[in-house]
Amino acid sequence: MATIDIDIKSAQQHDSHEHDSHEHEHHEGNFWTNYIFSQDHKVIAKQFLITGMFWALIGGVLSVIFRLQLGFPEANLEWLRPVLGGWITPEGKIDAEFYLALVTMHGTIMVFFVLTAGLSGTFSNFLIPLQIGARDMASGFMNMLSYWFFFLSSVVMLSSLFLSTGPAGGGWTVYPPLSALPQAIQGSGLGMTLWLVSMALFIVSTLLGGINYITTIINMRTQGMSFTKMPLTVWAFFFTAIIGLLSFPVLFGAALLLIFDRSFGTSFFLSDIYIGGEALPNVGGSPILFQHLFWFLGHPEVYIVLLPALGITSEIIATNSRKPIFGYKAMVGSMLFIAILSFVVWAHHMFVTGMNPFLGSIFTLLTLIIAVPSAVKIFNYVTTLWRGNIKFTAAMLFSIGLVSFFLTGGITGIFLGNSAVDIQLHDTYFVVAHFHLVMGSASFFGMMAGVYHWFPKMFGRMMDERLGTIHFWLTFVGVYLVFFPMHYIGIAGFPRRYYSWTSFETFSGFADLNMLVSVAAILTLSAQFLFLFNFIYSIFRGRLAPANPWNSNTLEWTTPRLPQHGNWPGAIPTVYRWPYDYSKPGAKEDFIPQHIPYSETPESNLPHENEQIKLEGVVVKPSSGHH
Amino acid sequence: MENVMKNDIRIVEEPRKPLAMHPKKFAMWLFLASVLMLFAAFTSAYIVRQAEGDWVIFDLPDMFTFTTVAILASSIPVQWAYFAARKNQQNLVVALLGIGTVLGILFLAGQWQGWGQLVDNHIHLVGNPSGSFFYLITGLHGLHIISAVIYLIITLVRAHRGIIHSGNLAPLEMCVTYWHFLGGLWLYLFVFLLLNR
Repeated sequence: MATIDIDIKSAQQHDSHEHDSHEHEHHEGNFWTNYIFSQDHKVIAKQFLITGMFWALIGGVLSVIFRLQLGFPEANLEWLRPVLGGWITPEGKIDAEFYLALVTMHGTIMVFFVLTAGLSGTFSNFLIPLQIGARDMASGFMNMLSYWFFFLSSVVMLSSLFLSTGPAGGGWTVYPPLSALPQAIQGSGLGMTLWLVSMALFIVSTLLGGINYITTIINMRTQGMSFTKMPLTVWAFFFTAIIGLLSFPVLFGAALLLIFDRSFGTSFFLSDIYIGGEALPNVGGSPILFQHLFWFLGHPEVYIVLLPALGITSEIIATNSRKPIFGYKAMVGSMLFIAILSFVVWAHHMFVTGMNPFLGSIFTLLTLIIAVPSAVKIFNYVTTLWRGNIKFTAAMLFSIGLVSFFLTGGITGIFLGNSAVDIQLHDTYFVVAHFHLVMGSASFFGMMAGVYHWFPKMFGRMMDERLGTIHFWLTFVGVYLVFFPMHYIGIAGFPRRYYSWTSFETFSGFADLNMLVSVAAILTLSAQFLFLFNFIYSIFRGRLAPANPWNSNTLEWTTPRLPQHGNWPGAIPTVYRWPYDYSKPGAKEDFIPQHIPYSETPESNLPHENEQIKLEGVVVKPSSGHH
Repeated sequence: MENVMKNDIRIVEEPRKPLAMHPKKFAMWLFLASVLMLFAAFTSAYIVRQAEGDWVIFDLPDMFTFTTVAILASSIPVQWAYFAARKNQQNLVVALLGIGTVLGILFLAGQWQGWGQLVDNHIHLVGNPSGSFFYLITGLHGLHIISAVIYLIITLVRAHRGIIHSGNLAPLEMCVTYWHFLGGLWLYLFVFLLLNR
């Protein structure tokens, strides 16, 4: 075993040296290999980020279009005709079936393309090698494929928006029989086919990425980077990748069965259906089976979206509180616990499918247990902030915003996880409010926090903090204005995905509340253009970033301002301590980066850390690597 | 290069090297985990659907007994090829991988025959979900076997060119792992389909 290890190690070092000399020979390389088909994890991360931002914009605009219908049902939307064309009815209203397509695509885009690919793809790719001290991912080629599969999947999904029959319209959960029968609605025709093709490509991309993330984290850590010294970001990406690896194949299976039902005449999900008085030939299928398969992915997917955001904020909150993260092991443990529980709670999405009430009670119990690790995380965030020397950077504000959404959205989860209460609340706007806060907005804020925090390392320049702060407050207030009223609307019984309520006398009393939500949604979307301007302007004109602008401890800040391929010009730094030595009593500065040995900090060492010095063997300093 | 040598001959104790395996072999195992989840999803769906009743029961084709023997037997030459590669017996490696490939193709041909027997028995893809599941599960496994046969052929060619030897076993190891895995997966699927009718 030992000999094998050394073989690999020297092979890697040899490899990286080849890369280095390669870099020295021709500095630029060609445009195609550097920016398009790049195998460098940092470029791939930026590709994911830009594509994710593009999708977020489309997803946001779609939501504003359907909010117009919900908030202003009487308004004449004739002015949208140049964009939407035939989807505006002659009366100047949004076509009812197109409305369903809008909510479907909004959900699909936001959950998969923005918060899975855009968030995990960006930050797992960017941070894993940089924070564990690796030259690149385990397989740069697979990593490149991962992005291009995502890109292909994006092209297919985007093209479905321009079909004359419209994109998929059966909801982002694509429940059959609605999604299985092209006769059902227009959106179940070619739009649904493209949805399935796109998702199949997307799953391939996710698996390629996930395999790479796990392999890299386990096998490519630098010397001294034991599991207990890994930053919480890396832990979060690790768990996320494992969850994805285990749950996405199941969605693939469900999609495959659906494809067979749609295209080859099988009856996995179809039975006893009459259309226009005519019985379909399909017998013996079970639509509930699809829900089981879908939610076996669907619920872990919630944590695939959320865990990276939680990891990012753990890092940012500790750094900007200038305090060690409170309860490092509890943070790791709670993420592990959440990851495990995420696989055994899927049926809480299906309480009203007529399942056995006893089974419902079991799933209620398992679901409510998730509150425990979630609460541990919130308490640890708060106790990290407690009496910290807080720096309110834009990234920090967004991280604190995440904690707020995670709490308010999480509490309503306790209501919804209860199989009895769910009978009233199922498929109402209460559910919409719940998951938009706890999953959507929280993860979105985590992503924003990550962009503000790591922008200097990505582009070598600083984003404007003042604009960032304004962006935060507008978005934070906007999100609460959008989603808080939805709780009331939901408790009053408004079902989600309905095109119009104006024909129900009961619901007319909430018209003004819906109008408020829509106005807030428009304002919140507008605020994102501040960010977009800040982002693009700063890439070209931002203030030049110092190597370590936030005085942070993790390894990525030991790289040059703009790390080249291979990340460190010299040898990879060795790790001697955990990443959270902030404000250590006795230390000269309020942070001690991970690569500083204990032998250099006798003034702040604890007794057991002095013991560590013996093991450090810092005789050969890695300075010999510069050439 | 100096740096590499310096690192290697350090005598002083240093931070422990983190646990590490061959990254590509490790990635292969992760890929197998996701394949396993795919088939776990199908067999679970099978059980759930079966429990709801209205389930047509049919006999498995006789041919499947032979194919099961073929796929299990094929693991022997493939594993033997690995041992031979460790001893640098290049020609033996090529021959053994060839036998493995032939057995794999025999398995596929047998599965196809088995499907034919089922069709003669009036079990079709379209119809009761019991038949649909059967074709889907065996067909998807067959697709994986096709990919593995191609992989075996690629590895065979590489062994023939002398790329695989005792100093470079990983490419062969990964291929062998994939082959054994699909054999084991078939055994699971066969027993599963046999017991859950």
